[in-house]
Amino acid sequence: MRVRFVLSQIGNGLRRNMAMATSVVLVTFISLTFVGAAILLQMQVANMKDDWYDKVEVSIFLCPGDSFAATCAGGEVTEQQVEEIQGVLASEALSDYVEEVYVETQEEAFVAFQEQFGDQDWAQRITVDQMQISLRVKLVDPELYQVVADEVAGRDGVEEVVDQRSILEPLFLILNRTTVMAAGLAALMIITAILLITTTIRLSAMSRQRETSIMRLVGASNLFIQLPFMLEGAIAALLGALLAIGGLWLGVRYIVEDWLAGTVQWVNFVSTSDVWLIAPILIGIGIALAAISSLVTLSRYTKV
Amino acid sequence: MEVERGEFVFLVGASGSGKSTFLRLVLREERPTSGAVFVAGRDLSRISQWKVPHLRRQIGTVFQDFRLLNNKSVFDNVAIALQVIGKPRHHVMTTVPETLEMVGLGGKEKRLPHELSGGEQQRVAIARAFVNRPAILLADEPTGNLDPTTSVGIMRLLDRINRTGTTIVMATHDDEIVDQMRKRVVELVDGQMVRDQARGVYGAER
Repeated sequence: MRVRFVLSQIGNGLRRNMAMATSVVLVTFISLTFVGAAILLQMQVANMKDDWYDKVEVSIFLCPGDSFAATCAGGEVTEQQVEEIQGVLASEALSDYVEEVYVETQEEAFVAFQEQFGDQDWAQRITVDQMQISLRVKLVDPELYQVVADEVAGRDGVEEVVDQRSILEPLFLILNRTTVMAAGLAALMIITAILLITTTIRLSAMSRQRETSIMRLVGASNLFIQLPFMLEGAIAALLGALLAIGGLWLGVRYIVEDWLAGTVQWVNFVSTSDVWLIAPILIGIGIALAAISSLVTLSRYTKV
Repeated sequence: MEVERGEFVFLVGASGSGKSTFLRLVLREERPTSGAVFVAGRDLSRISQWKVPHLRRQIGTVFQDFRLLNNKSVFDNVAIALQVIGKPRHHVMTTVPETLEMVGLGGKEKRLPHELSGGEQQRVAIARAFVNRPAILLADEPTGNLDPTTSVGIMRLLDRINRTGTTIVMATHDDEIVDQMRKRVVELVDGQMVRDQARGVYGAER
């Protein structure tokens, strides 16, 4: 009896406040879409870091014979200098950061060079002697590049330290900025949603004031009076969350999986399974929104 | 003052003398600034907020303006009192028609309040107040909006309810009714009790 009664109350409330309920659904939909987009973007960033940071290394280019760099004043790097730099990389101070060091000799560099540019005319005139010895350093945590660079750069025989990661940085910067923007919009929309849900519940409570006063008179408990209002908000927010999940799923399915992943194949993109992963989070946020708003409103408008 | 179980008491006095406040204190819609209110043996200042609904389930209330839900049928208006306190469906299905029969509205379950006369509407309100068989019935000028003949009918109904053992406290301006019924009369002036008379009348002879 009670369940049926509460359900009929909710039905009445939603029907009577159709326009408001719809606006709550739409606002939650949009705010949660932005929340979801921000989360997906961060997942994308994490994906790409996982993928690429394994592959990137720090290259320490050692002085060739004809360099003008200040540290190369002593001419081509000597055997002794190479060992010294290797010693630094293997030292206790850096051993936590360095995973592996690989010396690329002039011959190896030449082979790699020929492989890449061998079919060009000018490349034919390059000799082994003109190639540069370099140390390829694989880091335990690629983000801590600076520690290694500071230690090695400026030593005699080191011409330049290059972090391959820096090539990727602009891309991550764009993704991170986009995340911040999406999160900012999400925050704004969430505030709007809370205000709107609060107003909706208040209107709903006021339009049913007579009814609630009578229910109170015949001894209905607080929870029993407030439950329909709370559930009204929760249902609207839940619908919004479901719409957001649907929207994100469609976006990922048709824009990312079908189009981006086909066009740009060297990136491991987020997939619809990631959308399912964040679905519970979005639903949780949606329901929390409604719960907070109704608690605030109802404690004021439907007191015993 | 004290009202015994099963008593019928009229509260009289000018507007603003505190009749309605008296009833609101019993319902714990208001709390006394001083003194204590006991209902069914319980000190109202000592029961916690969340137990207040349980208190109100033992008290039926009737108002001058009926306070019916205009978009609900007579049946639903009475049934709501049982539904909100979680009575099972079959109990509602049997008790509501019984009570409607008792107040003289048998066969009018499906009507809407605006299809009924004032007296009939008040009977619906009384049915709602009584359907849960409360120990106490409070009535705040129940005949205030009704013509004398209809009022007499309502008073007969209240008298019958009183005879089932229900305590009734009724605030009223209706001197004819008070004089006719010859029940206990309590008169209030500015919130103070100035008269408490068994088998009393409206205007005091002093």
